[in-house]
Amino acid sequence: MNQGKFIERVLLFLALSAIGCLALITIFIFKEGMPLIWHTGLKDFLFSSHWAPTKGYFGIGAMIISSLLVTLGALVLGVPLALACAIVLAEFSPPRLKTILKPTLELLAGIPSVVYGFLGVIWLVPLIRDHLGGPGLSLLAGAIILGIMILPTVISISIDALDAVPDLYRDGSIALGATQWQTVRRVVVPAASSGIVTAVILGMGRAVGETMAVIMVAGNALKIPTSVLDPVRTLTSNIALELGYASGRHREALFATGIVLFVIIMILNLSATLITRRR
Amino acid sequence: MGHLRQIGYGRENCEQRQAAAPLEVSRRRRPGRGGLLGRPALIALAALLVALASGCGSEPGAPGAAPAGGRPLCIAGSTSVEPFLEKLAELYMREHRGARIDVQGGGSSAGVYAAHQGAADLGSCSRELTEGEKGLVEIPIAYDGIAVIVHPSNPMTDISLEKLRQIYQGTMTDWRSLSLPPHSIDLITREEGSGTRNAFEELVMGEHEITPGALVQDSNGAVRELVSTDPYSIGYISLGLVDPSVKALSINGVKPDPDNIKNHSYKLVRRFLLISRLAPTGQAKAFIDFILSPQGQKILEQEGLVGISE
Repeated sequence: MNQGKFIERVLLFLALSAIGCLALITIFIFKEGMPLIWHTGLKDFLFSSHWAPTKGYFGIGAMIISSLLVTLGALVLGVPLALACAIVLAEFSPPRLKTILKPTLELLAGIPSVVYGFLGVIWLVPLIRDHLGGPGLSLLAGAIILGIMILPTVISISIDALDAVPDLYRDGSIALGATQWQTVRRVVVPAASSGIVTAVILGMGRAVGETMAVIMVAGNALKIPTSVLDPVRTLTSNIALELGYASGRHREALFATGIVLFVIIMILNLSATLITRRR
Repeated sequence: MGHLRQIGYGRENCEQRQAAAPLEVSRRRRPGRGGLLGRPALIALAALLVALASGCGSEPGAPGAAPAGGRPLCIAGSTSVEPFLEKLAELYMREHRGARIDVQGGGSSAGVYAAHQGAADLGSCSRELTEGEKGLVEIPIAYDGIAVIVHPSNPMTDISLEKLRQIYQGTMTDWRSLSLPPHSIDLITREEGSGTRNAFEELVMGEHEITPGALVQDSNGAVRELVSTDPYSIGYISLGLVDPSVKALSINGVKPDPDNIKNHSYKLVRRFLLISRLAPTGQAKAFIDFILSPQGQKILEQEGLVGISE
């Protein structure tokens, strides 16, 4: 066997081992969590909101709703900001400014989530408590922090999508007498729309999966929120909060929560891939 | 330095420690040019397996009967008790040369189970034994009070057990019901599975459940931090962790202080227990005597607990 062939084999093995890890994790999560779902019944597990694992109630309905609401809130707050930022950087700013601003924005992604959470607790939570009421630890606080945290993901993927639109389109539009803004709004953004949707979906995945910052600012209460000032517990917070002491059925229930999260993230990533491929 | 190293050692499994001795013996016997898996190595491997299989409880009938300097004393269980036991073990080993004590966590239930199975010489437990667990020897070593805390600016100094239960049940949600200026109560509890929450549910809630609307924090420290910044909040933490940033309330007119805990007039108290399958002997007995001696009890009181003996 010559050297090239050998190295090829080794690399193939290494590549497969990474995929193997993913497979093992998947199998493990399902193996640990499925017994509880059989035991409780899928319907009760997903739609009941009564979570008292030490007393035998395993309903994660309220947490699914909370996770979706926090994510939706993050998108409502974060996406307009991110899109505006991406359009300015891709279409309107001089190249020099772009080379400085884009890496700066990407630095946001490198800040550990516990730091976001800490800032939230120290600064945002008292602000909400004093000016809007409620305990401060709330759906709103979670959504604002997550809205900031998804910015780098959404911005950088959107910029790539906008940059990928051929200059031919822009030149054609300007040649027809459109202003630059009309060109961006009617030609460039629609042409980049599938890439932008992908960016939003990946941002959504990040928001659903974020744990530490949400535990710190969202309050972790178990009921279904009735206002944005109510505290909420997301699926990820539930696992991280209770794993320390959980045993037996309780532990299985946390793995089952993990299965639900896994499925949600898989659906989000798959749809992002499909949308990109359709282009 | 000796005792420090031993404490570090104590964090390993008792099993690993047991295995080390036979390995050392076999290494000495090993001939210089023996193959990688020669006979001595195989013997060592077998010894290792036997040691692993027998674990910490090779003599479950006689807990702690091994002479000092032999097998280490193995204590496993509650994570609430663990730091206090580690402190005591450190001082005990400093005073008794050759004594070795391993303190491990795992949780109260795991501690009781380990003591029952003989996997540990002693189990530690921060709750009362359940009906199914009766029949084991329980040795109370200290009391830990649970303090109900509010923001220092809150004018309230006392609350009745009944009102406290109503607040945590979610039926009383406004400070107005306690004749304070109207504002909703920010209710803080611990996560499901926590020993402190478990004790609070038993002592205050009885059959009732804590309302799902309560904020959940995952440590004593986080609850204290939140209460110290939110003027409308109420929470509960281990008494030893109360500091001037929060105010501990009296319950039914009784202040949470060491005297009231000792004479049983303060009701929110849990016991820290050591659990053994049979009456402890040898090294286990010596260590328990040390904990219950005035010196041991004084150490526990310095760490924020309330001693169990006079």
